[in-house]
Amino acid sequence: MALSKEQIAQRIAKEVKDGYFVNLGIGIPTLVANFVRNDIEVDFQSENGILGMGPFPFEGEEDPDLINAGKQTITALPGASFFDSAMSFSMIRGQHVDLTILGAMEVSQNGDIANWKIPGKMVKGMGGAMDLVASAENIIVAMMHTNRAGESKVLKQCSLPLTGVNCVKKIVSNLAVLEVKDGSFKLLERAPGVSVEEIIAATEGDLIVEGEIPEMSF
Amino acid sequence: MINKTVSNVSEACKGIADGMTFMLGGFGLSGIPENAIAELVRQDVKNVTCISNNAGIDNFGLGLLLQKHQIKKMISSYVGENAEFERQMLSGELEVELIPQGTLAQRCLAAQSGIPAFYTPAGYGTEVGEGKESREFNGKMYLMEKAFEADFAFVKAWKGDEAGNLIFKGTARNFNPNMCGAAKITVAEVEELVPAGELDPNQIHIPGIFVQRIFQGVNYEKRIEQLTVRKR
Repeated sequence: MALSKEQIAQRIAKEVKDGYFVNLGIGIPTLVANFVRNDIEVDFQSENGILGMGPFPFEGEEDPDLINAGKQTITALPGASFFDSAMSFSMIRGQHVDLTILGAMEVSQNGDIANWKIPGKMVKGMGGAMDLVASAENIIVAMMHTNRAGESKVLKQCSLPLTGVNCVKKIVSNLAVLEVKDGSFKLLERAPGVSVEEIIAATEGDLIVEGEIPEMSF
Repeated sequence: MINKTVSNVSEACKGIADGMTFMLGGFGLSGIPENAIAELVRQDVKNVTCISNNAGIDNFGLGLLLQKHQIKKMISSYVGENAEFERQMLSGELEVELIPQGTLAQRCLAAQSGIPAFYTPAGYGTEVGEGKESREFNGKMYLMEKAFEADFAFVKAWKGDEAGNLIFKGTARNFNPNMCGAAKITVAEVEELVPAGELDPNQIHIPGIFVQRIFQGVNYEKRIEQLTVRKR
């Protein structure tokens, strides 16, 4: 069975290590916070200017001066800090943030990512995505392996306008965990009940399959 | 102490004219200079270029200027959530330059600090880099980006004093401090204006030297774009 969005988030949460500063993108990445182990310390950064982001406020306690990058009302945890936008991106470009998790429309086998623009459709903008992908040491992409028509989004070359080049290191899709290395995808894990053949069929880019491929555990 | 206080928003906006470039602080609707925006609408300045991370929503923030067709060009990183914006953009009435958020912040900071240009990795290899100088440092490619040039910066702070010193609150800080001193004239509106000496100098986020005019703002709505709460 292909993974649900929640399960993708749950699998990615295993990549979040004790002591990490993490920036979560909008969509599936936001769900990752719900699955991070309770026994480790992780600080979430939101690029509009908070480190130490907490859960949504209780009803009636929302503060218009306290939002995340998705413009949602949030809370600040003990030890949190606020800062301006330039400093926020100093944290990002300066590689002080350990892990960036974001969504993608397409990823190519050399690590290019496209996630901000579809020609012919209304363009909303890249927000902080280009800064994040250009700078982060460790980028994990959360995505669907194929589009609604069943066409692969894991490609030899992206067809959509790029957000960044040579930057994606790992993909967790609804079908598999892939590593992006030396110009190809390497299959690391498969979703429970999904066969290697199904993953090969859903991957347009070059896919290296070595030995037994374990099922994901959560 | 050099007193930067002006009595109201009209006095604070003295000198604005058609065709100028304005910087406006805020992220979404958080920390936007509500009073200055209302005054720009009232004075009906036309053909302006706005440097602002977002473009407001249909009936608030910069959306109010869009409704009156006052904006010629927007320079932003993200412009969703605004139907009139979309209409004007698709019809070609509105020119839009989308740039990465960190680049937008740094171009403000560069203008504030007298740095004409800088190199950033953001956008290299994408259409953002088209026509821009690129250069390799330590094996990685970077784009040269330039400091903004603007006539007025309109910022919003939580507290300020007569000297123009500013303190921001929460994530309403965002681009506001970076825009102070990044334009020829910086206009700060504050929720609470106090006499010099009342703010602790240790707590000042932006020293008054970066602010030319400061006034006590009124009637803040502080709208919430995405109200998200959890049950008790």
